[in-house]
Amino acid sequence: MNMFKKLAVVLLVLATAACTNPDRFGGGAGGAGGAGGAGADGLAGSASDPASPQFFNQTIGDRVLFAVDQSTITDQGKTIHDGQAQWLMTNADYRAVIEGHADEQGTREYNLALGFRRANAVREYLVSRGVPASRLEVTSFGKERPIEVCSNETCYAQNRRAVTVLSFSAITS
Amino acid sequence: MDYDGANVQFLTDSSSIVLAPRFSPNGDRVLYTSFESGFPRINVLNVANVGRQQLTTAQGEMAFSPRFSRDGRSVIYSLSNGGNTDIYRTEFGSGQHVRLTSAPSIETAPSLSPDGSQIVFESDRSGTQQLYIMSANGGEARRISFGEGRYGTPVWSPRGDLVAFTKQNAGRFHIGVMRTDGSEERLLTSSFLDEGPTWSPNGRVIMFSRETQGAGGTSAMYSVDISGRNLKAVPIQGGASDPSWGPLQP
Repeated sequence: MNMFKKLAVVLLVLATAACTNPDRFGGGAGGAGGAGGAGADGLAGSASDPASPQFFNQTIGDRVLFAVDQSTITDQGKTIHDGQAQWLMTNADYRAVIEGHADEQGTREYNLALGFRRANAVREYLVSRGVPASRLEVTSFGKERPIEVCSNETCYAQNRRAVTVLSFSAITS
Repeated sequence: MDYDGANVQFLTDSSSIVLAPRFSPNGDRVLYTSFESGFPRINVLNVANVGRQQLTTAQGEMAFSPRFSRDGRSVIYSLSNGGNTDIYRTEFGSGQHVRLTSAPSIETAPSLSPDGSQIVFESDRSGTQQLYIMSANGGEARRISFGEGRYGTPVWSPRGDLVAFTKQNAGRFHIGVMRTDGSEERLLTSSFLDEGPTWSPNGRVIMFSRETQGAGGTSAMYSVDISGRNLKAVPIQGGASDPSWGPLQP
């Protein structure tokens, strides 16, 4: 059994959905920054100033939700994205990364691919509304960055989302 | 760490999300998915000196779900472009890339047969996640999972006779095994969330992640014999997920 005992197992003890601290995601992706942390954190502005990222995030809305295992944009989502597209075309100095997410009901790899499908659906919609594709990037966090942590539909519904995260063109190379 | 949970060694720090580590056949390297850049990419980590390097994959917006080939000379993985995810192979030596699937659906979680000739993977081309087998060079795939529910994360057994998988059905998750033609499906576990099986080198034990329900949910690693008996938690301090069982050490 000595041979057997020397088997090694790689562990991911870090940063995965493994810890019990409800604040494990640093307060979630609320406000201006997305889960990626490379977004519009620190971009100033007031929600009443239509040219500010705050206006984009709060008044227009930076995120849309999806049905279980779906990547089709809802009518409500289209309204938000129409506003996002208009804002992005008016404020040409900004770029955006669209982050797709999934709820925890699914396997890790599939959820990454599903989140990507959702982010891409948003990108295609924004491009169809006139936003240059060159100013948009997409990524997926799968089920790794839930904003609501509970095991029922109330939370799952909030986690099945795509978030449009702004950044200055000048900042992003 | 050892298979009994002892001697844990940290290979990465917590500066970004890292996912799904996979040992090379001789245990010298580990592949994993990193979010360091904000976009999922595959890294190769040298176990001896903990040096890491990003794998230059085929052109894509996201790369994830990597596994070494049986000779350790290439990597099979998923690559995403324009909303679509397919399976690719990249050779370490030549840097050459080969696209192995080209369906508009999600193709991911590839795992090679022990002789390296075939790949089992998951795809939602039928409308839900199911398991398929194709040649290691791509081409036509045949579906092997036909039971109720969804099947994902297939892993070919070291002996070549079985495929371990994660199954979702009626709100529960299971770790199971089936023969490579899809027959003799057996579910070994059942819980709120079990996923990501890995085989012991002798093919008799499967280790996997189990997550508990609720806001205080935790993730831990469990092992179970392929008979379905002897289910037990692997004692590790702190949460853990996504185990990858390395080769026997000399």
